[in-house]
Amino acid sequence: MTSLPKSTGKKLGLVIDLDICVGCQGCVTSCKEWNTGGYSAPLTDEDPYGADPHGAWLNRVHGYEVGEGAEGRTVHFPRSCLHCDTPDCVTVCPTGASYKREEDGIVLVNPDTCIGCKLCSWACPYGAREYDYDDGVMKKCTLCVDRIYNENLDPRDRVPACVRACPTGARHFGDLGDPESEVSQLVRDRGGYDLLPEMGYRPVNKYLPPREARDVSSAVLIDEPATTKNEKTSAADRFFAWADQVLSR
Amino acid sequence: MHPAYSVILFTTASGAGYGLLALLSIAGLLNLVPLDPWLGFTGFLVSYAFITIGLLSSTFHLGHPERAWRAFSQWRTSWLSREGVMAIATYVPTGMFALGWFFDWTGGWVWALLGWLGVVFSIVTVYCTGMIYASLKTIRQWHMPQVAPLYVLLAAATGAVLLNLLLTVFGDARPWSFWTAIVLLASAMLFKMQYWVAAETDSKSHTAGRATGLGRFGKVRAFEPPHSTPNFVMREMGHRVGRKHARTLRTLAVVFGFAIPIAASAMLLLSSPLPSWLWATVATVSGAIGILIERWLFFAEAQHVVTLFYGEQEA
Repeated sequence: MTSLPKSTGKKLGLVIDLDICVGCQGCVTSCKEWNTGGYSAPLTDEDPYGADPHGAWLNRVHGYEVGEGAEGRTVHFPRSCLHCDTPDCVTVCPTGASYKREEDGIVLVNPDTCIGCKLCSWACPYGAREYDYDDGVMKKCTLCVDRIYNENLDPRDRVPACVRACPTGARHFGDLGDPESEVSQLVRDRGGYDLLPEMGYRPVNKYLPPREARDVSSAVLIDEPATTKNEKTSAADRFFAWADQVLSR
Repeated sequence: MHPAYSVILFTTASGAGYGLLALLSIAGLLNLVPLDPWLGFTGFLVSYAFITIGLLSSTFHLGHPERAWRAFSQWRTSWLSREGVMAIATYVPTGMFALGWFFDWTGGWVWALLGWLGVVFSIVTVYCTGMIYASLKTIRQWHMPQVAPLYVLLAAATGAVLLNLLLTVFGDARPWSFWTAIVLLASAMLFKMQYWVAAETDSKSHTAGRATGLGRFGKVRAFEPPHSTPNFVMREMGHRVGRKHARTLRTLAVVFGFAIPIAASAMLLLSSPLPSWLWATVATVSGAIGILIERWLFFAEAQHVVTLFYGEQEA
């Protein structure tokens, strides 16, 4: 099971256009909404109304500042599982719960056989896997496997929830193994690229780079954001804070 | 990487247990110790206690410990699975060898074969433990050729310290066992120091620019985090205290883990007014503290590539 298929019939994946993503987080919440009731249910949130809210989400959108001064720009950067062709997250799994589907290349976790050892999350360079502390198993993007083949849905809804939700059309879904598919053409036309190609995992998902800025005359400089310190609460945290102080002397 | 106590205890305790198991077996096979049933009984009991506590502790950090048996199935690709299979397999020849020792069925070729098989299985098991970490390309400080052999050498060195304690308590200690501990501890120390130097001089090959693919537009700086408090990825892989205090803690690891145990083992060679078991206890307690610091650092110092998405420039 954790051996990778020699080849996959299709290579279903996403193409994400960094030029038009506005960082609205709509795909993030739509993903959470669908998947907390779908294949990955539940996607537990810990301490949701408290001081330290966190939980399992399958899609995250970062905001980066790139470049300096007038050449600088803000890039909103969605990050989720890239459904790699040769991923280590699958082969390191000791139970066979983590697997890559032969028919369409989707990487999934079987929640009934996952032991929650978290080794797959260590093997992933993209931070795509998030452990559900409450459910005790690893959660990850399923490419909405329970939507894309679902004949009970309207055909236009048979795409991943994030793609359906994106108000700017920055997310595209299709077969990247077919060179004639719309997504493959998009990748060719726009110079789509892999994240960390040197690591050799051959991600299926591609990113389309931001286009060159047309007008830089109105650029504004922004100060570095101040970092906030988390409150130390548990005894172990206080011990390490103490050790931190002692060792810093 | 977040240094989980369960995994630190697992790797250190089971390592020392397999070290003692292998060295005690070798000592018995080569007639370096008397084949006294109670020496054997105690020695194997202590080894199995360390190994079993370690293995059980490794299941504490599982989300579903009751499914742990499934981990024996994927030995074709997974070093974690191989480690599990070998850990269980090692109980068989070593257990039969231990029974032979206790009931005085020693001397035959079957007993010798079981003994040597147990030694090889113990080494392979610890090697598999090391490979769980060494096989991860995402963590530069782990994906190094030194890591798995270092696990084996540290297991042997800590096992030798335990063997000295056992032999001094039973009054069967001989200079060879003190020398074994000194040589193993000294070589483990030098190997570990060489690893630290190599890990620091090794160039970081991944950048935030490559991770996001945005390096072509200039320096990539994290501006808006995707979540307001740390998520699982940051909790598990964003640990930093270790790197800040690495130098101090490395010194403590060397002093407690190697220098004091070596000095205490050397005292056993000299005629000291203090009882020999006392020096062996000093070596064991100090070694335990040192090796726990060493293992804590192994995790805490390791930088995961995913931190590039969260503001680190290089990994």
